[in-house]
Amino acid sequence: MQQTVTAKLLDHPRNAWYVAAWDHEVGRKKILARTVAGRPLALYRTEDGRAVALADACWHRLAPLSQGTLMGPEDIRCPYHGITYDARGRCTSMPAQETINPSALVPSFPVVDRYRYVWVWVGDPALADPDLIPDMHQMTDAAWTGDGLTIHAPCNYQLILDNLMDLTHEEFVHSSSIGQKELSESEFVTSHTDTTVTVERWMHDIEAPPFWLKNMRDKFPGFSGRVDRWQIIHFEAPSTICIDVGVAKAGTGAPEGDRSQGVNGYVMNTITPETARSSHYFWSFQRNYRLDSQLITTQLRDGVHGVFGEDEAMLSAQQAAIDANPDYEFYSLNIDAGGMWVRRILERMLLAEGRDHAPAPRRGAQLVR
Amino acid sequence: MAVSRTEVWQGGTVVASRALTPEIRRIEIEVDDPGPVDPGVHVDVRLTIAGERDRRSYSIVDATDDGRRIALSVYTSPASRGGAAVMNALAPGDRLELTRPLNDFPLRPGADRYVLIAGGVGITAMVGMAASLRARGADYRVLYAGRSRPLMAYVDDLQRIHGERLSLHVRDEGTSLSIPAVVDGIPPGTEVYVCGPIRLMDAIRREWMRRGRPVADLRMETFGNSGWFDAQEFTVRIPATGIEARVRPNQSMLEALEAAGADMMWDCRKGECGLCEVRVLGLEGDIDHRDVFYSERQKDARSKMCCCVSRVVAPAGGSAVVEIVTS
Repeated sequence: MQQTVTAKLLDHPRNAWYVAAWDHEVGRKKILARTVAGRPLALYRTEDGRAVALADACWHRLAPLSQGTLMGPEDIRCPYHGITYDARGRCTSMPAQETINPSALVPSFPVVDRYRYVWVWVGDPALADPDLIPDMHQMTDAAWTGDGLTIHAPCNYQLILDNLMDLTHEEFVHSSSIGQKELSESEFVTSHTDTTVTVERWMHDIEAPPFWLKNMRDKFPGFSGRVDRWQIIHFEAPSTICIDVGVAKAGTGAPEGDRSQGVNGYVMNTITPETARSSHYFWSFQRNYRLDSQLITTQLRDGVHGVFGEDEAMLSAQQAAIDANPDYEFYSLNIDAGGMWVRRILERMLLAEGRDHAPAPRRGAQLVR
Repeated sequence: MAVSRTEVWQGGTVVASRALTPEIRRIEIEVDDPGPVDPGVHVDVRLTIAGERDRRSYSIVDATDDGRRIALSVYTSPASRGGAAVMNALAPGDRLELTRPLNDFPLRPGADRYVLIAGGVGITAMVGMAASLRARGADYRVLYAGRSRPLMAYVDDLQRIHGERLSLHVRDEGTSLSIPAVVDGIPPGTEVYVCGPIRLMDAIRREWMRRGRPVADLRMETFGNSGWFDAQEFTVRIPATGIEARVRPNQSMLEALEAAGADMMWDCRKGECGLCEVRVLGLEGDIDHRDVFYSERQKDARSKMCCCVSRVVAPAGGSAVVEIVTS
């Protein structure tokens, strides 16, 4: 394969499932307006609870349906001239005439409710196979519990994937919670398939950083001492990264598979491109111990929210610097192996869709029709 | 399933042309700038007819996977307004102007069941839809109605590909479609796609509405070129401006009025949008409503017509005249 310059802004595949919203954000009280992979959507639920994603533009004059009204079991009414559509985007009434124009419809995109998220496919609907939804079973499996939030990140989605595929940044960005110098000093192993990338890193016999010491004491009250720490990053195309993280009392066999003397969490991340320079970053921290404690769930969610605020500030600053220095390129290091395999997979997906990986034009650019 | 109305014009080269039936020719074109050929798409072709630049819509019957080579079917009706003759005269090597594929008639995935109903050359829109449904493993049926087997294009191909899922209804074999029975036989949750002459579409729509079936489950495409009666010449007058025009069988009332200098408003020019509506002041003969904009009630009232497709007819020897008010 020809070596290309590392793209600073990567376009996004369209033939893929992306999370449009948390399940609780989509309902009948309010129509949710959200842009997914460059496509503005109006999201709501039918009376029997099915999630619906319609293009957020009426067929007639492109008024936003998300500012309209829900009518009857499944219809939505345009706020401008009252034209109504059903969940399939089919026009069901045109108030100002006795018939319905046979061409009238708005695109209705395939939707699946899974893992507490509403997933949408904005590409070729004939290819929308629910089996292609990335595995995030820890979100709903009875052996796990947790909670999370959404970050509206002002950067290209690829920068967030880079951030999660190389965790050596923790030492510098998250120094007060999960960072430590052993992250950069320890070996890591990268592997990949056609659609997945895995980066595994173990840190043996180290001090537990504050975040992990607190978690150990939740499970083992009064714990003190050294730990073995792990981070196993699982990427699944196009933009889901689930990170198996934890620490165990040093020397109790965690690297060989016995995690009984430790605590285990999963950092669930799924990133939805919004525009070339903005992303919806859905995350949750799941754990498989003290399942009964809502206090721990809330503390972990708030703790991770603070940590990820530091990432958001860095990603925002990085995107601004990229835009301010258009004549400078990216260079890559050994630590970028995971992120570079992610790019390779995404670039192949884009090629398969007949698109190069050039970024979408800057918003507001006038495209010549 | 995006509806694509953004017109991108491009060039194409005719690579093959052959008769499928005495009335239908298949024309294959290599396009300069291929676009996605989804089920239900058509192209608009720029034609010069009797010295005037005009355009016609043709469904894409099939295409190569890369969309570079597309096939159209051209039907020469007795009332052809001249487009068919220009298309039929194309020979390999000829260049023409056409749009990238447009889609006002997209096939939506995910319905429980599908019934595709085609009348005559309307089959051209259904060939790709049926192939796509078969590839997806959908539950579908194709009903194909025609006057006589030798006049029905693609019958052998469709039988080979779709077997039991295809039923043929041939008038001169006594197996014509019974519309009430067809509608009764369609279970709830089925999406119905119809493409064919206005009589077929009107009849299906009437039975559909009579039974209170969901209007959104019935999808129709028309290029507005068929009526209940054969096209005949008639006179149109606009008393307010003194404009009078003879409308030839092979032109539309809208075209005749424009040629006579009337400043007319219109958009779709195929009987869907209702923007070309004119009010009827006086009428000798009867109106042949060829649009899908008016309801049955409005058509029966004879007080307005969509002049882009609808016509006036009179019994043999009688005069056919309409006086109108334009917008």
